[in-house]
Amino acid sequence: MKRLLLILCLVATPLYAVEPDEILDDPVLEERARAISADVRCVVCQNEPIDSSDAGVARDLRLIIRERLVAGDTDQEVFDYLVLRYGDFVLFNPPWKPSTYALWIGPFAILALGFIAVFITLYRKRGAVAPSLSAEEQKKLDALLKDKS
Amino acid sequence: MQRLLFALPLLLAVIIGGFAVWGLQGGRDPSDIPSALISNPVPQFDMGALEGAGVPGLKTEDLKGQGLTLVNVFASWCGPCRAEHPILTRMVEEQNLRVVAINYKDKPEDAVEWLDELGNPYERIGYDYTGRGGIEWGVTGVPETFIVNDDGVVVHRFAGPIVGDGKRRFQEAVDAALGGS
Amino acid sequence: MIPELGQFALSLALMAALVQSVIPIWGAARGNTVWMASGQATAVTQAVLTAFAFGALMHAFVVSDFTVSNVVENSHSLKPMIYKVAGTWGSHEGSLLLWVLILALFGAGVALLGSNIPAALKARTLSVQAWISVGFLSFMLFTSNPFERVFPPPLDGQDLNPLLQDFGLAIHPPLLYIGYVGFSIVFSFAVAALIEGRVDPAWARWVRPWTLVSWMALTGGIALGSWWAYYELGWGGWWFWDPVENVSFMPWLAGTALLHSAIVTEKRDTFKAWTILLAILTFSLSLFGTFIVRSGVLTSVHAFAVDPERGMYILILLGISILGSLALFAWRAPAMESGGLFAPISREAGLLINNLLIATATATVLFGTLYPLFLEAITGEKISVGPPFFNASFIPITLPLIMVMGLGPHLSWKRADLPGVLARLKWLGVLVLVATLVVGWLRDGGPLLATISMGIAFWLIGATIQDWARRVKLTQSGAWARIKRMPRASHGMSLAHLGLAVLMMGAIGASAWKTDTVSFAEPGTVVQIAGFDVEFQGVSQERGPNYIAQVATLNVTREGEYITQLFPERRFYPVAGSTTTESAIRQTLAGDLYASIAEPASEQAEGLWTLRLIYEPLVNFLWLGSVMLVLGGALSLSDRRLRVGAPRAKAPIGATPAE
Repeated sequence: MKRLLLILCLVATPLYAVEPDEILDDPVLEERARAISADVRCVVCQNEPIDSSDAGVARDLRLIIRERLVAGDTDQEVFDYLVLRYGDFVLFNPPWKPSTYALWIGPFAILALGFIAVFITLYRKRGAVAPSLSAEEQKKLDALLKDKS
Repeated sequence: MQRLLFALPLLLAVIIGGFAVWGLQGGRDPSDIPSALISNPVPQFDMGALEGAGVPGLKTEDLKGQGLTLVNVFASWCGPCRAEHPILTRMVEEQNLRVVAINYKDKPEDAVEWLDELGNPYERIGYDYTGRGGIEWGVTGVPETFIVNDDGVVVHRFAGPIVGDGKRRFQEAVDAALGGS
Repeated sequence: MIPELGQFALSLALMAALVQSVIPIWGAARGNTVWMASGQATAVTQAVLTAFAFGALMHAFVVSDFTVSNVVENSHSLKPMIYKVAGTWGSHEGSLLLWVLILALFGAGVALLGSNIPAALKARTLSVQAWISVGFLSFMLFTSNPFERVFPPPLDGQDLNPLLQDFGLAIHPPLLYIGYVGFSIVFSFAVAALIEGRVDPAWARWVRPWTLVSWMALTGGIALGSWWAYYELGWGGWWFWDPVENVSFMPWLAGTALLHSAIVTEKRDTFKAWTILLAILTFSLSLFGTFIVRSGVLTSVHAFAVDPERGMYILILLGISILGSLALFAWRAPAMESGGLFAPISREAGLLINNLLIATATATVLFGTLYPLFLEAITGEKISVGPPFFNASFIPITLPLIMVMGLGPHLSWKRADLPGVLARLKWLGVLVLVATLVVGWLRDGGPLLATISMGIAFWLIGATIQDWARRVKLTQSGAWARIKRMPRASHGMSLAHLGLAVLMMGAIGASAWKTDTVSFAEPGTVVQIAGFDVEFQGVSQERGPNYIAQVATLNVTREGEYITQLFPERRFYPVAGSTTTESAIRQTLAGDLYASIAEPASEQAEGLWTLRLIYEPLVNFLWLGSVMLVLGGALSLSDRRLRVGAPRAKAPIGATPAE
């Protein structure tokens, strides 16, 4: 219900994704601004970057990002500015810190464990096949080779 | 060992299931974002007065050493603000609380007319036409109400209108803040 | 009257499912053939009854019967007929009915088509399938009755969300559901096999066509959804790693792994426990997706009617089926491991690596999707995990997978000759390297990774074609006869692998080399993008059946030469009170010129329009690749061997090359 009311509030001021009058004259800065706003989550929408969001706050944030870039901020300083006010929630790219160590290491840990499992499997499956082929298997292999060549 | 390996998927499923049950518990709103301001001093800002409202503007210093203060973000174009306004007004009067406001992205004449119609409980009103002040506060939508303690530290943020069950939860937050300071 | 009949049919279907969930499996345990055979009758009955109920609901939508509250909430008398029909599955209740219908149809499919499946396995499978049916039918009857009446009936309906009134989206859910729910029958086969305690190559062969059908439908469903997002949402995006997208992607990945692992089980009688586990997990992930989408546990850009209470019911259903089956797995699977041995360099080993990488990719998506929930539960902290994380973790896992994919089909079963294979692919490697350098030289900006990935896609294409050509001995006489004689599944594999490479090229082109411009436009404004000159000629108002549209006319030229006209729209739906963007796209294989319009946000821009132009190179390769994947699946499905049921115990290995 509360969410619905919030949405109603937003409908009252209809605005749309990046607008022409927001765009900076400097193409390099503008490109940085676009890249930043693609990675900043809109705080009122469900799961959208501010770059493509219609919400008013998203537009305000896009303008602020550009102002800060023009004022000489680095990308990181712009992100820090936003995090100070809205928290880590606005970053689509979760920062590297204790509470996200698991997130960033997770996939590669899974892969490493998987590789270990695969090596064990390969080793086990090989163990018996290596010495010699049974007569039947040899026959099949011959047939196979004959067929392939 | 091998048996354990075969039970691993079950174990993982149980863990994920546990989190899923937790995620479904009542009262959790997945789209609710905790404010980054909690336990921090109020941000630096200085907003001019709302013309015609007859009360002064709002800046950072106005929130220090003044006892517990509620900072209500409102706009005349926002329906839920209208719904919460009488409730908030009564709360403030009955409990003798200090309340100030940020008028968010509004036309002055609309805001003044709105206050004339519904009454003005605010001691100060900061006028924020551009919404920049709102961003300093990490405002995501209106209405929103912050609770600031005597030291000028933000202790609570309430997003959405203070109506129905929201009123009870907001009152709890106010009581907690009063008890703490 | 008809809605009541529909509801009655559902209750009867529940009865049939209840009978089916007990009698056949009991019969299998006691060796009673009559009881076992009863599963076929009940499965067909169940399907007929749910089909009747579904028809009844569709009828209510078609005739706009506003005494049914579901119709009131999701339809409107002025809506075009196709969207009235599509409204049947547009709501939570209706889509659940579709879900149950597909569940019953797959059960009936096994009952009718699986004449070669041993009676006991079939009886157990049908009973397990009925357990799922019982769960979902009772869920629907007790919490989400689609036939509820409303009194007094309103004069007209509230209309379906206009965003959803679109052809692509009208058929997207049914396809997606055939995919999701189709995996239920594979799950049932797996659970039945666990109960029986036996998995053999024949089992894998029976499961394969059902896996293929579901996988094809899911592929099509996801591609359609992505296509819809691309042209409807107005900013040219086609994948956002949103939770709702991820939960449809995970069963797809797991299903893909299952398809490959089942081949090994079928051909080499090994990887048994793993295949069973994948069969269980694929459907579990489908169920989990349903839970995520409908419970609202995670926030998503794709709005859905969410309801935590229903979420709890789904979670209970899900808990019983997933935990039950995994517990059964933990108990019975250890006894299942298997014979077939192979060398570390062999087709089996290649498929093992394939499965490792796909499983890791699945786990990564699952982990990233749920991490915010984990963290919130543990520390209360809220974070977002978005595209940067998924790109950083998914891509490094996928690229090696694609490389192995090119190599895999060249390896022979049991023991492969790696030096020989590499020598064979030597010239291809050189060619791919040259092509990649050409792309690198031609490319205009974009990350280096894009060029490298493009090279890997080239590699997959080249290696797949070379493998195919080698197998049919393309250069020797009689190649056509060999092409016709070769098992279709083999052609299907080649086509699907090519499709993936094509899809990958689309993904790279459309994300790395995309350009866009945004500008204010008034009649006469000319905007340049990617070599095109686009002239904004003005906006006119037009009336649709249930909306009012503002249609812009854009004149597109290149170097003074007329190319085309584009008509992007902004549609207002008065009943629903909402506005949608209808983009206009000039499609070519090289890339899409994509145009959309919006009212400007700024008050100073009164009377102007915001014109957004995007050039997306190679984006159509995404859809083309998806079509190739589906067609590849269809080719495999049409393979005679899949229909010849009896397990031909020893198929000559040499005659069944790569799949």
